This record gives sequence, C-alpha cells and structure tokens, in this order.
Amino acid sequence: MTSTTARKKDSLRPWAVGVWLVLWQGVSMLLTAVYPHGSLLLAPPVSAALRLCELLPALDFWRTILHSTARIFGGFLLSCILGVLLASLAAANRRVREFLAPAVLAVKTVPVASFIILALVWLDSDALSFFISALMVFPPVYLNVLEGIRQMDRQLLEMADVFHVPLRRRLWGIGVPQVYPYFRTAMSLALGLCWKAGAAAEVIGLPNGSIGERLYNAKIYLRTPDLFAWTAAIVTLSVALEKLCLLAADRLAGKAADEWNCKR
Amino acid sequence: MELQAVNVCKAYNGTPVLQNVTFTAGRGVTCLMAASGGGKSTLLHIFLGLVRPDSGTVKTVPRWGAAFQETRLLEHLNAANNLQFVLGPDMSGAAALLARLGLDLSDERPVRAYSGGMKRRLSLARALLVPSDALALDEPFAGLDEESHARCLACVREAAEEKPVLLATHAPADTQGFPVIRL
Repeated sequence: MTSTTARKKDSLRPWAVGVWLVLWQGVSMLLTAVYPHGSLLLAPPVSAALRLCELLPALDFWRTILHSTARIFGGFLLSCILGVLLASLAAANRRVREFLAPAVLAVKTVPVASFIILALVWLDSDALSFFISALMVFPPVYLNVLEGIRQMDRQLLEMADVFHVPLRRRLWGIGVPQVYPYFRTAMSLALGLCWKAGAAAEVIGLPNGSIGERLYNAKIYLRTPDLFAWTAAIVTLSVALEKLCLLAADRLAGKAADEWNCKR
Repeated sequence: MELQAVNVCKAYNGTPVLQNVTFTAGRGVTCLMAASGGGKSTLLHIFLGLVRPDSGTVKTVPRWGAAFQETRLLEHLNAANNLQFVLGPDMSGAAALLARLGLDLSDERPVRAYSGGMKRRLSLARALLVPSDALALDEPFAGLDEESHARCLACVREAAEEKPVLLATHAPADTQGFPVIRL
C-alpha cells in the first residue's frame, strides 16, 4: 500500500464526523433536559454553527483572524528558517549539535504554560503568540531536518566527492530530494502545534483583538457557542494553512529542482 | 601519469582484506582480480581517497573517473541530469557515448525505471565522460549481456589509451589481454 493510499484511508470520513456531531447534539440535549442551563455547559453544534455564521460577515471577526494568524504563522515561518539553518550547522559541526541539544530538549519537555508565563514577564503580550509559536515549532523542524541530513545516502555523497561536484549542485541533486520529506513531515506536525500553543498563549496573555481574547471572553461570559465558533475558526485556519503550506512547499521544491535541472 | 600502491594493508574489524599490496599501473587497463570480498573495491576506494589504508602508501591522481559497484546514480533524475550532475553544463560527447553504449540521452525516464544493465552502462558512461587523469572501474561489466559487454569493453579500451584504468573484476573473461594484479 502506498503512503498516499494509506493517508487517504486514514483521513476523515464524513460518516464518522456525522456520528460525532449527532453524539455532541445528543449529549447537549440531554444536559439541557437534566439541568436548567444545560446548554451553557455544552452548546449544541447547531448553535455553534449559527454563531459562526453570525461572526463571518463581521469585519471585526476577520481583523481578529488576521491579527492572530500574522503572529502565529510568523512565528512558524521564522522557526522553519532557523530550524533548517541550525540543523544544517549542527549536522556539519558536532559542537553546535551538542550546544543546541539541551535547549531543544528543554523546549520539548517543559510545559508550554511555563514558557508562556515566563515570556509574559519578558515580552509585550502582543508578541507573545509569535514567540510561543516559534518556540514550539523549532524542535520538530530542527530535529527532523537534522535526522534527514543524517540519513542522506553516504554513497551518493562519496560519489559527489570523487567527481568534485560543486556544493550548489550537491544541494539540489542530493540534499533537497533526500531531506525534503523529513522537512515536510516536520512542517505538517509543527503547523498543528503552533496553532495550539499560539492560541493558548493568547488566552493567557490576552493581547487586544486576538482569537485568544475572544476565547477568554467566551469563557467569562459563559458564551459556549462563541467558544465553539472561535475554536472551529482556529481548526479551519490550521487545516487550511497546513494544506496551503504543504502545497506551496511541494511546488517550490519541485520548481527549484526543475530550474536546477534546466539551468545548471 | 602513473598509479602506485606500496605495501598497502587494510583490515576491517581485525579481518585483513588487503595485505602488502604492491604494484604500479601506467597507461592502459590493469585488472585487479580477487574473489568476492577479496578487497578489490577497498583498494579502489583507497586510490579514490574514500578509505585510508592501515599502512602503506598509494600514489594517486587528483581527478578520477569512477564507476562504482553499486552504480551510485541519482535515481530520481533522468540520464541527462545524472550526467549533468557531475559534468555541469558541458555535455559534449555525452549523446554519442550513450548511443555507443545503447542508451539514449533524451530518455526522460528517471533512472529508477532503468534495468540493472542500463544503470551499469550509464554509470560507466559517467566515469568515461568526466574529465579525469585515471579511471577506477568496479565490476563495470557485471550483469551485462554479451553485446553490451563488448560495447563497454571497447569504450574502456579507448579510454585506456590515454590514461591508467584500474578495472576490478572477479570474472577471468574480463581480464583477457590485460595485466592482472591478484589480490
């Protein structure tokens, strides 16, 4: 079975999503029947969908989306660049690898809430989600790219050495095709992570006009339909950006390889 | 241009692979003959600078053309791109040599779609085309049919008129007419 087929088989099935929505609706109706304000505990999916429909035409909704996306996605991009650069350095130099190892381990193991609170002491709340997103994205990108470089075909590198192939040609002929799958996997994983961590940072730091602030307000005023509507917006953004980024990266890697093949 | 090995020794995990190998190879084909695992590839790799001998010295050249036992082609690229990877933009003579070896430079298929024999011939073509002072050919005719074998051998003979060629093989048929170093 190819990985694409496996991916398709593992992807979301409409019937399964439907069953979960029906279950959600059922539990919400049960809570409403048992408690006087049961719908506050768990808003039904229909209310959440209606609330999202109300929010969609509002300019403020899009401004909030843009505010959070710019910071969280900005952190993701910065970390991707840093992760690739430092992984390349670490692969070439053992001391760099040893120097970075404790920092990467710390970011991987320390709870994100600790970093958020610490960062709140240092930074303006507006920069918080950018910083936290970048922090969470760095380890998977760095570690995956480093592993990709380590797993490169040594025999091909030896061949390039024997034929004195210039660095640029080695990069596009051997490096990119062999390391890119590792980077792609890291990107997919990191995009989910950065939204989770970035939104959590915004809920704690409460920057003005952010999705996190909207989530916090939903909790304060017990507006559970709002909570679900904003959560749905985050999930949609995360999935859409993941698809877009992977598509763009695939195109870029393919185009770069094609250009290299033509020009050299 | 001359290649020389003086008392070259190499062992892997305490098992000797090469013991006091000494020879000199000038222009022309010199066959390195041994059974499988007999140290032919190791000796070629020592000349190519990929392996360090435990003791002894080699006199080598700065620029090698090499055909490796495992072919070492970029499987995702086509024949032309594989050659361009080592040759750069100057592909003069590539189309003619590939045609002599029964390959087509305009074949767009990635090398991973090639048969074992086609890969071996492409690997040999790459070694012959790259500007070099000597050739290291590791089992370059393994798995080739009679016609391909003859074509490849003719190309190697031509190249050997200008430079030293070390040809590692375990097949006595490959060594006919050439000096043989038994390892």
